[in-house]
Amino acid sequence: MKALCWVGTNHLNVERVPDPEIINPQDAIVRVILSCVCGSDLHLLDGYVPTMREGDIIGHEFMGEVVETGPNVKRFRKGDRVIVGSILGCGDCWFCQQNAWSLCDNSNPHAALAEKTYGYSPAGIFGYSHAFGGYAGSHAELIRVPFADKTMIQIPEGVKDESALFVSDAFPTGFMAADMADIAPGDVVVVWGCGGVGQMAIRSAFLLGASRVIAIDRFPERLEMARTHGRAETLNYTEVDILEALKEMTGGRGPDRCIDAVGMEAHTTGPEHYYDLVKQQLRLETDRPAVLRQAILACRKGGTVSIVGVYSGYIDKVPMGAAMNKGLTLKMGQQHPQKYMPRLLEYVQRGDVDPAYILTHRWPLDKGPEGYQMFKKKTDECIRVVFAP
Amino acid sequence: MGPTERLLSAAGGALLTYYGLRKRATAGPLGTGLAVLGGSLVLRGATGYCPVNQLVGRNSASSATRPIEIVQTFTINKAVGEVYDFWRRLENLPRFMQHLESVEQLDARRSRWKAAIPGGMGTVEWEAEIVTDEPNLLLAWQSLPDSQVDNAGEVRFTEAPGDKGTEVQAVIHYRAPAGGLGQGLAKLLTPALAEMVRSDLRRFKQLLEAGEIATIQGQPSGRGHDKG
Repeated sequence: MKALCWVGTNHLNVERVPDPEIINPQDAIVRVILSCVCGSDLHLLDGYVPTMREGDIIGHEFMGEVVETGPNVKRFRKGDRVIVGSILGCGDCWFCQQNAWSLCDNSNPHAALAEKTYGYSPAGIFGYSHAFGGYAGSHAELIRVPFADKTMIQIPEGVKDESALFVSDAFPTGFMAADMADIAPGDVVVVWGCGGVGQMAIRSAFLLGASRVIAIDRFPERLEMARTHGRAETLNYTEVDILEALKEMTGGRGPDRCIDAVGMEAHTTGPEHYYDLVKQQLRLETDRPAVLRQAILACRKGGTVSIVGVYSGYIDKVPMGAAMNKGLTLKMGQQHPQKYMPRLLEYVQRGDVDPAYILTHRWPLDKGPEGYQMFKKKTDECIRVVFAP
Repeated sequence: MGPTERLLSAAGGALLTYYGLRKRATAGPLGTGLAVLGGSLVLRGATGYCPVNQLVGRNSASSATRPIEIVQTFTINKAVGEVYDFWRRLENLPRFMQHLESVEQLDARRSRWKAAIPGGMGTVEWEAEIVTDEPNLLLAWQSLPDSQVDNAGEVRFTEAPGDKGTEVQAVIHYRAPAGGLGQGLAKLLTPALAEMVRSDLRRFKQLLEAGEIATIQGQPSGRGHDKG
């Protein structure tokens, strides 16, 4: 089959690889219908996530059709149209039973590797480096889905492929950001980053009771989308002083809940950006935490900072004193697809949210490398490129 | 000794000996020279023999080096009885102990174990028995005196607080051969042995909780079929 493989930093290639096969009894094989790029893939592409190997198939947000099931797959059969969660959970360990699926004890075949970096191993993720299991990703014609009964959810009749797709990762990640933020009715929520996840976080914040959402980015088309589809107020950080503007917009109190939907490759203005860029290049810090710093400083006293933008390693100059003395709550994590997918699919089915608007480009898999270049450079007003193998 | 206890004895003894074997196997990744050295040392029973009860009590070997202790613990989200029962059934052990090929019951007490030596160096067999069995609490074992590889160890089962299942702690003891060479070798091998004990315990946990062991072995990549 054809698959989009990571060859090296900033180097992807479409290659011929063997077809996947059932390996474990709870596996299914899925024919990929749509598979989406994700901002977190850019960290792989840019070489900031270690333990990638030449030839790894990337991609983790996808939907498709079941073509084969292992003997212990009970809930699905050939021909089922399914959304596949991007993160794998066994369903039986203590963490999965707490609904904290991305902390699964048993889904990462390379747990020992992850333990060296993080102390304890998080769950396996499709196409997201060997520290996260080394599972072959979804930018391919076929994919093996472990723990299929837990990882997949059936797509009801009438829900279009491109609407269902983002229930795999972008929507639950954005939703979990809002969920972790503990939004109370009337809260003002700020979302840093208006990519796919940020757009979904905006919608989710309103679903969970926010009275206003303020969205921050630097790309006009992303801010425009946040306004039109998300009903958010927007700020362009290259044009205004974010801390001043947020204080002004919140009656001098500061926003109640702050969501970081950017993560480790944040951009900012002025010397701070170059400080982080240089330190990152020299590997003196692995991640650039400009958004996190700003969110902590912007947040009102006693507020919540919710982090779903991905961090990989170490960060520098985080205003811990502000976080501590303002009594902030910091919550973070990779999303739990199995927890959120049923609820979010209901929103989609009812028409409350149709995430398909974040899909700006639908390309064949052969154009994978170009797709990622466009997505990375954000040319042609690209928000999300989706490959249809 | 009742039949159950005898069965347990056999299982535990086999397990311990198995770790002695696998310690030797780790020499492979550390380099060909070390592999040959490690292999020959093990064939001489170089991994040392140090039953738990002898550890604290007496030190019989006149030129003995300090015994090495490997401790690894996992919490398994199952009741103590279930975890203990799974372990005590001999035929289950090869399901989570890599390289173990078969276990054969010799009599009610002893068993004969067969494992593949990694790197295609053939197989090795040994016999084992249990020295302590407290159901749902503790298993301690040792290899029989004539075995190619001598070692000792124990597994403790404790109910975890907060309804989190069972804490399983494996303690493996072995003694390196006397002299500088032996101590150096032990230093090199100990982290690898700890990794292996940990890896097998993790597989035990996965098998009990999830019903299968996570792997990517055999999946496709730009490198062909992955080897895991």
